[in-house]
Formats: sequence, C-alpha cells, structure tokens
Amino acid sequence: MTVRNNGRDPFVHLTKRAPVSALAGLLIRAGAFVFAVLLCAIVVWIMIGVDPITFLKTMFTGSFGIQKLENAKNFTSFWRIFTSSYFWTTFKTGCKLLLLAVALAPAFKMKFWNIGAEGQFLAGAISATYIMFNYPGLNPVVLLILMLTVSLIAGAIWGIVPALFKAKWGTNETLFTLMMNYIAIKIVDFFFNKWRGTKSALGIINIDSEAGWLRSLWKGSESAWFRNEDLIFMVTVLIIAVLMYYYLRLTKHGYEIAVVGDSQNTARYAGISVRKVIIRTMALSGALCGLCGFLCVSSQGHTVNSNLAGGYGFTAIIVAWLSRFNTFTMVGVSLLIVALENGSALMSNTYSDLGFSVAFGKIIVGVMLLFVIGCEFFINYKVVFRARKTQKEAVEA
Amino acid sequence: MKRFLSVILVLILALSLAACGSAGGNESGTGSNEGGNEASDLKIGVILVGDETEGYTKAHMDGIKDAAKELGIADDQIIWKYKIEETDAVTEAGKQLINDGCTYIFSNSYGHQDYMLGLAKENSDIRFVSMTGDTADKNGLSNFSNAFTRVYESRYVSGVVAGLKLQELIDAGKVADKNKDGSGNIRIGYVGAYPYAEVVSGYTAFYLGIKSVVSNVVMDVQYTSSWFDFDKEKAAAELLMNRGCIIIGQHADSAGAPTAVQEAFKNGEVAYSVGYNVSMLDVAPDAALTSASNNWKVYYKDAFEFALKGENIPTNWAEGYDKDAVGITELGASVAEGTQAKVDETIAKIKSGELKVFDTKTFTVGGEEVTEAFATDTDGDWVNDADNVVYDGYYHESEVRSAPAFNLRIDGITELNPND
Repeated sequence: MTVRNNGRDPFVHLTKRAPVSALAGLLIRAGAFVFAVLLCAIVVWIMIGVDPITFLKTMFTGSFGIQKLENAKNFTSFWRIFTSSYFWTTFKTGCKLLLLAVALAPAFKMKFWNIGAEGQFLAGAISATYIMFNYPGLNPVVLLILMLTVSLIAGAIWGIVPALFKAKWGTNETLFTLMMNYIAIKIVDFFFNKWRGTKSALGIINIDSEAGWLRSLWKGSESAWFRNEDLIFMVTVLIIAVLMYYYLRLTKHGYEIAVVGDSQNTARYAGISVRKVIIRTMALSGALCGLCGFLCVSSQGHTVNSNLAGGYGFTAIIVAWLSRFNTFTMVGVSLLIVALENGSALMSNTYSDLGFSVAFGKIIVGVMLLFVIGCEFFINYKVVFRARKTQKEAVEA
Repeated sequence: MKRFLSVILVLILALSLAACGSAGGNESGTGSNEGGNEASDLKIGVILVGDETEGYTKAHMDGIKDAAKELGIADDQIIWKYKIEETDAVTEAGKQLINDGCTYIFSNSYGHQDYMLGLAKENSDIRFVSMTGDTADKNGLSNFSNAFTRVYESRYVSGVVAGLKLQELIDAGKVADKNKDGSGNIRIGYVGAYPYAEVVSGYTAFYLGIKSVVSNVVMDVQYTSSWFDFDKEKAAAELLMNRGCIIIGQHADSAGAPTAVQEAFKNGEVAYSVGYNVSMLDVAPDAALTSASNNWKVYYKDAFEFALKGENIPTNWAEGYDKDAVGITELGASVAEGTQAKVDETIAKIKSGELKVFDTKTFTVGGEEVTEAFATDTDGDWVNDADNVVYDGYYHESEVRSAPAFNLRIDGITELNPND
C-alpha cells in the first residue's frame, strides 16, 4: 500500500495478534469448522432441499459409518463388517494422505518447498510395480524386499535431483519438484500402456499368483484378523508418523533442519553443511513418498496407474501446512479431509437426483476447508478499522 | 502428543462401542440373500466410471432407471457410486454396497473388471456384472458375468446409411478425384479410440455396411488414444478429410468429429458424418447422417428380471437387433432418398439371420477368404489361440464371450497410426 498518510490511518489495516493460548486456538478452529459445517448444511438445505439433520447424518455415515454392524454374531463377522465399512475406508485413505504429509514435513520445516510428493510417490510405485511385473517368480519375501528397496531408492532419487540442483546452483525447488511430477506421471503412463497390451486397462497385476502382494507373505496360512493388508498399512504409517515426530524434535538431524529452515546463514555460521542437510532431507522426504507408493502397490491396489496417488501428493501440502509440520496434528487433519471427501461422496451418491452432484460435493468440501484455513489467518492477525481505532484512541487520550 | 493420544482414545472408544454393539446385537438381521427376492427388498448396487455429465455413463444410468421403472423397482433400491476410478476404489465401493445390503452389483467400465472379480471371489453370495468385460467365460465363477450389446450390428446399418449417401453422391457426380485413391476407390474415414477388438469390430462392421452398397471404397482409420477427447477427435476428422475421406465414422464418445465435418460442410466441402451413442444432429444438422447407438435398458431389464427371481445373471449376455438392444438414431435431413426403407430391410434381414455382418464372403484378409479365427486367449499373451469362431460362412462375433472379439485387419482398411 502506498503511503499517502494525511495524518490518518488507512480505513482498514491488519495487526499481528499476541499468540493465543493452545486451548483458545483449538476452540477457534473448532468453532470455525462447526460454523462451516452449519453454513454448508444451510446452503445444501436451500439449494438441494436436503434438511440439515439428514445432511449431517449422511456426511457422518459416509465418513465414519459402520453399516449393518448389528449383523455381527462373532468376532469374525464383526471383523468382516468392520473392515469393509465407511469407517475403515476413511482411516485407510487417511493414512495414505498422512504418510505423504509426514514425508513432506522435514522438507517444509527446512523451508524447501517440495511440491513433488505426487511424483516421488509414483516413482516409488512404478519401480515397485516393475519388479512385481517382471519377476513374479521370486520368493515372496525376497520379492517384497526388492520392491521396497527400489521404491525407496526411486522416491529418494526423485527428491535428491531437485535438491542437488538447489544446493549447487540455487534453482527454484518449487518449479523443479513440480516438473518432476509430470516426468513421473508420463513414465507411469508409458509402462501402463506397454503392460496393458491390447486391452483398454491394465487391471490388477499378478491377479492369480498374488506375487508382490503383501498378502503373499501369509498365503496358504489360516486366516486371522491381523493378517490384513490394510491394517498393516495403517499401523506402518502411524509408526512412521511417530518416528518422524521424534526425528524432527529430538535428533541432531531434526535440529539442523530447523536451523537451515530459519536461516541458512546461521546454519553456516554454526558449521552446519547446508548442502548436505538439504540433500539428506530431500532424500528422506522422497524416500518416504516412495515408500507410500510401495505400500499402495503391494497392499492396496496391486496395480499402477498415473492416478494412483489420486492428487493426495498435492493435498498433503495442505495437510502439512495446516498441521504446521506437527505430525501428530497431521493425523487429525488427514482424517478430517478424507472424512469430508467421503461424506460428500455419499451425499452425491445418494442425492445426485436432487442436484447434489460430485462436483457440488467438492465445492462443499472446498468451502469447509477454506473456513478452517481462513481461521488460521484470524488467529494470527486482527483486522482493525479506522473508526473504531480512533474512538479507542480518543478514549485512551 | 496429547492430540495423538486423543485420536488413539477415540479409536479405542469407537472400537469398543462397535464391539459392544456386536455383542448385544439383535438377532433379526439375517443373511440378505435367502429365498426369492421380492421386488421390494432387492437392492442393486451400481459402480460407474463417470456421472450424468459423461455420455457413456449417462446412457447406462438412463438404461438402469428405465428398466427399474418398468419392473417396479423403487429409486431407493438402487445404490449409486459415481466417478469410481479404475483402481481399488472399485473394491471399496463394492464392499460398501455389500454392507448396504446390495446383492447384485454392476460396474460399467472395462477397467473395473479385475476388482469386481476380486470381490466376486470373496463374496460368493453376491452377484457381480462387469459390463463390457471379457473374462467371465473362463474364470469359472458362477456369480460373475459380463455383458455387451451387439453394437456392430447397428454400426453395419449406419454403414448402409452412409453407403446410400455415397451412391447418391456418385450419381450426382459430386465425388471428386481427391476423394479417390490411385486405383479409383473412394476414401472414407473413421475416428477410432484405440486399436482394440471393440473398435476394430465396430469399424469393420461400418465398412462392410458401406461396402454392401458401394463396392469400391477404402477406409482410413485414425486413432485418438482416448475414449473421450473433443479436440483430438476433431483433429482426427480434419486429418481424414484432408486425405480426401468423404464420410467420417467414429468410435469415440465426443461430438468432435461431427463438429469438424459440419464446419467443412459449411465451407463447401463434400463431407458427411456418422456418429456414435447419441444423435449428432444438434452439432451437425447438415453433415450428420445418423449415429449407431446402444440401448442399455434392454440389458438391465433382462438382468433385473433375473435378480428379482433371485437367480444368477447369464454369464455372457450379448444381444443386438433381435432384442432392440442396439439401433441407429434419427436420420438426418441429408440422407439419400429411400434410406429408411433400406434400413428397415437391412434390420429385418439381421433379425431373421439372413444377413450376417461378418459374412466371410464379403471380406478378405491378405487377399484370402478367412476360414479360421480364434476368439479366446488362453495363455495371456494377448494373441487369441482357442475357440475358432469362423464356421457356417461367417465370423461368430460375441458368441464365445459378450465383448467384441473380431480383431482381424481386413483388406481395404488402413490404420494410419496403429502404434500410437
């Protein structure tokens, strides 16, 4: 704003607030969310004609509902119903988003804007699939370890390349990581087209032999509740989230990342090799995205396509920011976003005839997220109007 | 840490509540699929690759809604899952449909098939139909089926419409030298999505339909590598017209090709379009002759009738004109005189079995009449090696499996970009 101050303040200006207490912050965020939900409920009521109670109920069922649980007679039937419920889907999908956000945390904390999670994920996924597609005859354990290794390496390479260029020549990492996404997407498209042959879709890989599937580890053994690909996937992700929290808070590496993020000059002065930290951290960030790719191929889809990450490589950026790089907060934020998506999906599946289309559902989710992100602004800043301030000053005077 | 703990606590709480629910659960809920299904307690799940904004899916949705209406199946007995990608999203959607009480589940995209198959293996009491799929005949599951229309029949009829127009143009002296190849054959063009059997079967039928009227035609096929891409389809049609193609057929879902043909027509070119799925008369009022189309209602009505009886759905359903599962859309103003009569006659002959679309006397491969062609690939190398379908003088399309299998490249048709 140009300074044309005739002794008067501008009509409106922003001032930074004193930090609010953790509890107050939480209450403000929760309040903003509740307000957003109510607003959306009313909009839906007016535009679609679905009353708020039904809206909230459907949103909740679509995200956390467990259908027909009353039919469970014993643990086996309970487990079967539970693991195929909306609740389970939300937690599983939430974990995928969580792992990508956790992978971004160290890079973002270092103020290295890695927006290449999607590509790093796909690099891991395609290399794991390559092994799975070409060497299905290997021993299941060897095959899975090989898949895991190559996906970690491929993800790390996708992270290291932009880091190297940044460290050596100061290139812009935002553009670089973004472009690396498209390279990965096209590589996946290439193999997808090659492998599907004359069919119009690749389908599931090794559908009969189940080679390279996580479940091949216990193939032939008696079924048990804990032999569940989803469960292993979710537990792995949660463990990584906890480890990352302590890595960033308590280790020397984590401290170096924080210092480099705050000021590279300070870091240099303190004798930290900035290049080394950047490259090491991006290798970690990329490798974790690659790991997510491996897990999604081996334990979820058992196939690959360029939409395997489903845009979560980008959504993870929002998650990481909203959580301020705190991996525990990320658990909640990831779940919230996926829950909103799944809830609105059920809304559109149920009420599309009334006009609640898939696109409308996405608008609703967008509005809710806007409120949640928007309230961060009002937690940090306050809007001051001239008139009010003058009055206040007058009183003070 | 506190927040993490609270999430864990919530999880534990939810789990324990759920567990209590199961322990004290009431006994009234029994298996959902026992005894015959009444119309009122049947639940049908539908997994769709798009939603009503996408023509292919909309055709399926309309078919399902019309069939349900005729059979007295209420709206709330059909549970929809829109925009399901060809990934494990199919598995998730399927599981939720099962949890919601669906006993019959349909999916409409080829890429859904493997996931539907996985669900079928694990849920033997639920019936699955993968529309346009091709594996039901060999996987041996009684609760898994495929279905497809014999749309090649309507493509043949649309070819007859185009052929009559071409004959009219020849008689009027409107076919220029640039519309002919070196040997004097008239060029026609086809915008195809991919070099798959589904497309090959369709354009061959279209070509043979034209050829039944005008014998000296050759066809160029330009692929777009997409089922739906307005710009690519438009560009492909323009390329074909630049090569001198006078009629442009299509197997891709947008109105790109007819739009291009209409523009050329407006610029004084002699060019006509034959569309797919829906009438193209609104985008090409002068250039569009007709479109080949599917009538999915016929299939869904058949399938729902089996569902109402609680029976298995036929493993490989394929019907065409005999059940009105295919057709051509309204004829445009530009069609030749007497087209309707000829169309009716052709349809009658197809219905009576007198006319076989893939009559081996009407085409050659490498200059020879075809005496043997396989429809099934048994070893997974994408080369068919079993089930000879050429006998009694014609290629038996969609008989071994419902999805089109005709994959021969016959003489007179040139693929311009088969490796794209």
